Order: sequence, then C-alpha cells, then structure tokens
Amino acid sequence: MVYNKKDLIGLRELSKEEILYFLDSAQQFKDLNNSEIKKDKLLHGKTVINAFFENSTRTRVSFETAAKRLAADAINFSSSSSSVSKGETLVDTIKNMQSMKTDIFVLRHSASGAASFVANNIDASVVNAGDGANEHPTQALLDLFTIKEHKGTLEGLNVSIIGDILHSRVARSNIWAMNKLGMNVRIFGPATMIPKYSEVFNCKVCKTMEEAVEGSDVIIMMRIQLERQNESLVPSIREYSKFFGLNKERIKLSNKDAIIMHPGPINRGVEINSDVADSQRSVILDQVENGVAIRMAVLNILNQNRKG
Amino acid sequence: MRLLIKNGTIVNNDNTQKANVLIENDKIIDIINHEDVTVDETINAEGMLIVPGLIDMHVHFRDPGYEYKDDLESGSKAAVAGGVTTCLPMANTNPLNDNRSITEAMIAKSKNIGLIDLLPIGAISKGFKGESIVEMGDMIEAGAVAFSDDGLPVTDSSVMRSALEYASSFNSFVISHSEDCCLAHRGVMNEGEISTILGLKGMPSEKEEIMVARDMLLAKLTGGHIHIAHVSSEWSLKLIALAKKEGINVTCEVAPHHFSFTDKKLLTYDTNYKMSPPLRSQRDMEAMREGLKNGLVDVIATDHAPHHSDEKFVEFEKAPFGILGLQTLVPLTLKLVEDNVISLNKMVELTSYKPAKLLKLENKGKIDKGMLADIAILDPNLEYIYDDNLNKSKSKNSPLLYEKLKGAAVYTIKNGNVVYKFPECITK
Ligand SMILES: [Zn+2]
Repeated sequence: MVYNKKDLIGLRELSKEEILYFLDSAQQFKDLNNSEIKKDKLLHGKTVINAFFENSTRTRVSFETAAKRLAADAINFSSSSSSVSKGETLVDTIKNMQSMKTDIFVLRHSASGAASFVANNIDASVVNAGDGANEHPTQALLDLFTIKEHKGTLEGLNVSIIGDILHSRVARSNIWAMNKLGMNVRIFGPATMIPKYSEVFNCKVCKTMEEAVEGSDVIIMMRIQLERQNESLVPSIREYSKFFGLNKERIKLSNKDAIIMHPGPINRGVEINSDVADSQRSVILDQVENGVAIRMAVLNILNQNRKG
Repeated sequence: MRLLIKNGTIVNNDNTQKANVLIENDKIIDIINHEDVTVDETINAEGMLIVPGLIDMHVHFRDPGYEYKDDLESGSKAAVAGGVTTCLPMANTNPLNDNRSITEAMIAKSKNIGLIDLLPIGAISKGFKGESIVEMGDMIEAGAVAFSDDGLPVTDSSVMRSALEYASSFNSFVISHSEDCCLAHRGVMNEGEISTILGLKGMPSEKEEIMVARDMLLAKLTGGHIHIAHVSSEWSLKLIALAKKEGINVTCEVAPHHFSFTDKKLLTYDTNYKMSPPLRSQRDMEAMREGLKNGLVDVIATDHAPHHSDEKFVEFEKAPFGILGLQTLVPLTLKLVEDNVISLNKMVELTSYKPAKLLKLENKGKIDKGMLADIAILDPNLEYIYDDNLNKSKSKNSPLLYEKLKGAAVYTIKNGNVVYKFPECITK
C-alpha cells in the first residue's frame, strides 16, 4: 500500500508517489463508471457521512455518487458553520455522528484547518472536501487525472492558474501537487487576490493575462466569489472580466492543444466566456466525470487502510 | 519575623553579588556577608539567583466577569508561582474597569487574597467605546495606575489625544493596544509565508505599525507618556526608536512569546499559538531580541491571557486570541540569558527594575537595604515538566504545558512572607 494514512487532508503533505497512486487507482473506477453496471461492493456495509458545513451541491453529489457506487451507505448532513455555533462544537457534532458507527466522514468546512482538526480528534477516517482557503485535495487530484488523460503525461507541462489565488483551496492543492510532479506552474490574478508572500508557492507570478496564458498547456480558471466584492478586492465584475477573464483572443497565445479547466460552478462571462467554456478545448465536464472516479479511489483506499 | 536568605547570588539591574539577604517583617533590612544573626527562618539559596520580585505590567485576570478562565485568586497563584509579586490587570473585565468602584473592588479582593500587589489599569474610554475618557483622577485615587482599552485600540485620534493629555495631569500614562482594525479585519495570524501556506487570513505587521506611528505622533503632540503594549514587529520598534531619539515620551513592552516563537509554530493549526498581536516572522522575533538587548525595549510583560480549554478546542478561526504567560515568564526569559541575548542584570532590569521605575514604585525593583521584601529566588538550572500539578491558572492555554522547561522560581517572597515554594525543590 503506497498510501496508508487514516485520512486525506491535503496534498501538501503527500509524496509524489502517493499522489500518483491515487491517480492510478482512479482509472479502474473510471472504467467501472463507463460500464453497464456502475457498481462495486468494495464499501458494502460501510457508512460514509457527507458532513457539509458549507454549501456545495456539486462536490456533495460527486462524493455521494462515489460512495453509492461502492455500495456504501451514504448519508448527507449539511449545516452552515454558523448554525452549529449555538452551543455544540464542530467536534461534538462529528463525534455524535461517529457514534452511529460511521466509517468515513467527507468534511467540507469554511475554516482552514478544520479537516485536520476533526481528523486528529476522531477515529473515523476523514476526507477533506475543502477546508477554508487551505486545501481541496480531491479537486486537485481530479484536475491532475484529467490533465494526464488529455496530455498523456504530467511532468514538464506548463500550467497557468488564474484568478483568486489568495482564497482558493483548489489553487493551493494544485500548486503543492504540481510542484511535486515536476509541472511548471504560473499564477495570475488581480494583485489583491495574489498572496503577498506567494514565493512560498515556488511558482512564477505573472504580471499580465497575456504573460500568464502564453505557451500554456493547461489553463485553470479559478472561480471568483462574487461576494468578495465587499472586501474591495476588485472594483467591479465588469472590470474583472475585462482584465482577468479568459476569452478566445487570449487563448490564442497558449499552446495549440491547450486545455481549459475550471473547478465549477463557472460564472459565465466573468472568469470565463461562454465561447471558451463550451469550446472543444474546455474539459470542464471531463473534470466532473473524473471527480467521481477520484473520489471512489479515495474512499476505497481509506477504507482499505481502516482494515489494516 | 526575621528571615535570612543565605548562600545565594543577588542579581540587581546594575550588579551581581554573593551575599545574604536579611529580612525583617516586610522589609529587607540588610545585605550581609555573614550568617551571624538571629532569625526565625533561613532559606538556603545555594546555586540560586535572588532577584527582586517580578512586576508584570500586562495581565488579564478575567475577574470580574469571566472567573472560569481565571480569577484574582488563581491569577495571583499563577503569578507567585512564576516569581511575579506585582501585577497590572487590564481593564477588559465584565463589567469593565472603567470606574472607581470596580478598581476598588479588584484591589480589595486582591488584598484579601494577599499574594501579590494588584495595580489595576483602568480603561481609557467609558465602556471601551472609544468615545469619552474615564474619570482618571477618581480611578487613580482608588488605586488605578495607568489607562488602556487593551484588547481594542482607541480608534478616534482625538480621544487618544485627550487621554494622553488628561492622564499627564495626574502624572499617569496611557498604554496603547496598537491595532488598525480596518486593515485585515478578521485576520487570525501574522500575514506572511505561513498564512499563505495555510490559507488563513493574515494580519500584516503594518496593522500594528500604523497605530504605533499614530500614537508616537500623538505623544509628540501632547507630551504625554505613551506605553506601547505587546510590541511584535520590527517596524514598530523602528518607529519607537525614532520617537525615543526625538525625545518623545514613549516606553514599550515585549511579551515572552514574541521573543521566543515565530509563526512557523502555527503550521499545525495549534490554537495555543493563536494570539494578538500574532507570532510573527523570524526577522520580527530577532528584532524583539535585538530591542531587548540594546535597551530599546523597556519592559518584558506577559500579556497573560487565560482562556478555557473548550474555547480553544475549536477551529483555528474561531478560537480566542491569547495564551497563559505568568508561569513561563522565567524560563523563557532565562532562555534569552542562556542564548546570550541579555545578561541576568538586564533580565532583572526588564522584569522588575524598569517596571518599578515606570510605575514610580520607590520600594520595589531592587534587592537592597530598605526595599520591600518582594523577592523571587530562581533556580536557573531546574528542569521540569510544566504540568497540571504546577500550573496554577484555571486555564491550560499554554503551548508549553506538558513541555520540559528549564528555570523556575523556587521561592517567591511577598512582603517578607514565602508565598510560593516550588513543589519538588530541595533547598533546605
Ligand atoms: Zn492584553
């Protein structure tokens, strides 16, 4: 077993081998998902709770589908972080659900560090489905899986990650993993959304959209949180799309076979124009498809680790 | 009642000598080189350092209002277990210490406990609202010694101006909690490489420095004495250095955690390292050490801030700011001595002599004939685990709890009475 930890919290702490192991084992589940009977019994009799303290229909449905295709009993719990604050703590809530003999928690929470905090205090396994601005490991794994599928390789590829890097757990997980896998990452976005100390990412910080896109093999557009406008990070959506959005013209600077990715849900016309989102180069729906396979792989590996 | 402390090394801010200390009632009546005296009790301080009782200018005792975190009794016990005999509690109690009756009640309760001298710091503004200043004269009469809205900055510059001017008419001073709250609102740690890695909202050091700069300028304007609490950044010290050079009436303090740790400690999201101002970069930590060494920093103060375990056992963002400090003051400061950052004499200056001077406490801050017998006897080599048995606070929010520490107060003497004895010490 290449990966033998109880939980999957983030890719920063994983080795190259561990990351590749997740990608490799996802392939069998992708094949399964493409077959007539999309079901295996690997998690039969196991209970998986999707504990979502922050809204995300897409990620939850993806995890739920993954768990059910492995024959686990998948239960959804959702609550906003604030409603839990009426006396009961996060750990109390989780421990309560653990008492119902839960094997794996899929945890989404608005606080960075929440996943490791919970994982360190319970016996059940925890899959981080996004914690604050820290990590979203399964999203990055599905991104990597999709890239590998389209490019045949990962090492040496030029990847541009564009948008709100400061608040993005998807960007962080991708950056940590891509550095380990020998990919060349550049980041770009309005200066208010690029961390001042971005040298820790060990990647190039671009000054213009053109510089960011030029010669790129993979372009990952980050979702912009429209509500962040209140923090005066960007003056208007209009201006954001003008200077930081991806359109047909800008794509011409990238490599001919460059692919366009987005963790979804996209704000059409803001970070990405419809003519790009729906173009041949867009692999956004492949990402969604691969997400289920990646999550099946993750659930299966953690479940096997629980036996050992 | 006569007490002799023999065979120890007396460390003052300006000298070190091997001599015996003779105490009668609450005073040091002589420093002698023989043992030829009749006494009721003797303490053998062989291998120990005899220092003036430590004065902590910045503590939170949570009494009244949040006694489950600490109250005046548990706070006093933690103080003397840390060699501290005089404490200045901040005003952010509930009710706030913004009027004479609260000050009086705190002092009366503390006198009744009888372990330490409590010199309350009054609020600057009524209700901590930052709008109108408190009745400083009345509160000083009741025993308050300085004024601070610590925990919150005074945002309105004209209110801060008034506070500085008005306090000066009573020969008192104002303590600034320097924070520009609008900058990095809801930040939870230092903004830097570590916050970038962790995806936590950072507070840039400018958040502190902007307010330090303003308060330097207001001190210039008013001639009032401003004391900057818990300085944590290199540039804050640069600004203070400039102000001092220009003759502005400013002093400052640094907390042990800011000269001992950096924000790297937060990599595991340990809420016991969450404090405000936050742990900062290596560069900032080294600036604190340099400032302690070169005399720019006037005082070491702990910012002892107890919080209940349940409050800290939450997601990092939700945890309150602050850590315990009183019982780790001695080991962390002795570490500075061991690291050759400061001398033992300097340590005494920073933890007792200078605070006494700032507070105009004529009979404290020195081991000398005629001084009050407030004394800490330190064993700089004692190694021990700081555990629940030793911890006297009701709270446990110290990242050093259950860690091995070196150096402790083995005896604490207040007004000539032994008020604390390290449990396993074999000094007799
Ligand atoms: Zn404080």
